Amino acid sequence: MKIAVCVKQIPDPASPYELDSETLTLVRPNEQVLDDTDRYGVEVGLQLADQHEGTVTLVSMGPAGNLNGIRQALAMGAHGAVIVDDEALHGSDALTTAKVLAAAIKRDEFDVVIAGTESTDGYSGVVPQQVAELLSVPALTYAKRVAIVDGSVQIDRQTAGGYDTVEAPLPVLVTVTSGVVEPRYPTFKGIMEAKKKPIDQLTAAELGVSPGPGQRIVSVTTAPERASGEIVVDEGEAYLRIVEVLEQAKVI
Amino acid sequence: MAWVFVEEAEGQPAVVGLELLAKARALGETHVIYFGAGSEEAFATLGDHGASAVHHLAPAQGQLGIAAAAAAVESLVSTHGIDLLLFGQTYTSRDVAGRLSARLDRPVLANAIEFNIADSQVSVVNEIFGGTKLVETVFEAPAPHLVLVRPKSFAAEAIGGAAPSVSEVSMPDIGHPGSASITGSHAEKTEGPQLGDAAVIVSGGRGLGSAEHFGLIEQVAAPLKAATGATRAIVDAGWVPYSKQVGQTGKTVKPDIYLAAGVSGAMQHLVGMKDSKIIIAINKDEEAPIFSVADLGIVGDVHTVLPKLIEALNNR
Ligand SMILES: Cc1cc2nc3c(=O)[nH]c(=O)nc-3n(C[C@H](O)[C@H](O)[C@H](O)COP(=O)(O)OP(=O)(O)OC[C@H]3O[C@@H](n4cnc5c(N)ncnc54)[C@H](O)[C@@H]3O)c2cc1C
Ligand SMILES: Nc1ncnc2c1ncn2[C@@H]1O[C@H](COP(=O)(O)O)[C@@H](O)[C@H]1O
Repeated sequence: MKIAVCVKQIPDPASPYELDSETLTLVRPNEQVLDDTDRYGVEVGLQLADQHEGTVTLVSMGPAGNLNGIRQALAMGAHGAVIVDDEALHGSDALTTAKVLAAAIKRDEFDVVIAGTESTDGYSGVVPQQVAELLSVPALTYAKRVAIVDGSVQIDRQTAGGYDTVEAPLPVLVTVTSGVVEPRYPTFKGIMEAKKKPIDQLTAAELGVSPGPGQRIVSVTTAPERASGEIVVDEGEAYLRIVEVLEQAKVI
Repeated sequence: MAWVFVEEAEGQPAVVGLELLAKARALGETHVIYFGAGSEEAFATLGDHGASAVHHLAPAQGQLGIAAAAAAVESLVSTHGIDLLLFGQTYTSRDVAGRLSARLDRPVLANAIEFNIADSQVSVVNEIFGGTKLVETVFEAPAPHLVLVRPKSFAAEAIGGAAPSVSEVSMPDIGHPGSASITGSHAEKTEGPQLGDAAVIVSGGRGLGSAEHFGLIEQVAAPLKAATGATRAIVDAGWVPYSKQVGQTGKTVKPDIYLAAGVSGAMQHLVGMKDSKIIIAINKDEEAPIFSVADLGIVGDVHTVLPKLIEALNNR
């Protein structure tokens, strides 16, 4: 079984994000990390690969940098990676991203494509559905559980008030929530092996994708701030201040 | 003129759809594409909120119907020359909008909290960095313009509009991409005040320490007739169901009082609650980002502050 997992390298969320003053897009340092959201997709991919004699190929678009984020996913156990890094793609919109990912996935056969529900830095939450349409496959989205039963993928699809069990025959695209599985931590052996695993680097032209003029950021402004509030360090009586505020607001 | 894609939720138009109608009808005559089983009552609600015509897409029994709906909307776009199509940023609408965008080869702008039309150019505003910055983006690609709008961006308001004309739109058979079927449904129990309309919300996060301690949140909420909310961290951990999640990928809430206990205040949580009237936060870390939006911040331990608060509220 061939499994492709869409993973993104993002600037470390632990350090503050910055916008480029000219392009108004996110500044991406040389060293990026694997988007935490995508660790769930990688884990689901690895579990399906274990159960169904499969391989997991990572597919990514964005500045490759030192490939730290991709190696993090390889260290978890993915078998290889394709990354599309192209100056012409910087700041591209969701649809261009999806075209690139779909073209990279289509270079090989695939049974299952896995993605996160929304990326940490872009969070458009539509790239996977666009990829599914471009690949002409069903999308089983917002999965809290994923299983392959008799050539069909079955998921529990999170809904506003519970979940639906949804299934479709292979090939399919699945998006997974961060509640779906507990991602494994890379082992020392995994980290060493990741250094030797194949990473294909491609350009947009090699895939035959030309970035379209989809959308353009015209301004970034600072939102009105909330006035700073009162801080009380609890020495046993702070709850009384909460009661007072509730009284003033007339909710008690 | 704008079109609004409205999905059905529990037999009625989803509230975010009605919010979008309030904004869209100010731009002129408004058509709705309605996705769901549909009923006279549901269509009347759409009319009441200003829709003059409803184009009804009903998924076949047992089918997810999302890919077919995207194909059906694509035909509506070409027959009616739709320029602007608005969607609520909810799961199913996101799925339809994403597929439609690829079919039409047009971008979809997501997470909008506002949009403007000037000189026939559509621009969309969205929040980044936890709502501290506002980004304005214009479409460079030609129409149709597809926009996903976050819930609670506009206020829904009935205007007593007449029943709309309703036309049934057939869902095309699109083969393999349309082969997702629904084989079972599971509804969680919902009781008590709901996040969508409660005046007071009490939310808990990982700082509570364990699933059992969410009981403290429920005990604060009960005397206040408050709804209970949660961070994604404790939803993912399985402490509480997803329906309680507040934030970017959960619910957007704007209650009179939002009390957050053991919540760090991550950007993705803040965008869902920062527009509450009064925010009270309890966190043992004085550096916690939640304090940056709190009107009253208590630096303290939830396990000492909450029991005292519960007792005080119950003694009143
Ligand atoms: C794409 C994306 C979408 C997301 N969407 C959402 C969303 O919709 N909603 C959401 O909430 N999150 C969302 N998140 C997750 C978000 O980034 C945070 O991880 C999450 O909000 C943290 O939850 P928390 O505050 O419960 O946990 P933590 O960040 O772990 O914070 C726990 C807090 O409790 C405090 N604490 C610990 N013990 C005590 C004690 N005894 N007394 C008092 N305080 C204590 C700690 O100081 C800490 O501040 C999203 C993330 C991504 C990447
Ligand atoms: N540049 C990218 N490279 C690889 N995967 C991506 C990229 N952008 C988005 N994705 C995938 O699509 C999911 C949703 O992303 P988004 O639509 O940006 O919210 C992510 O979790 C990834 O799995």
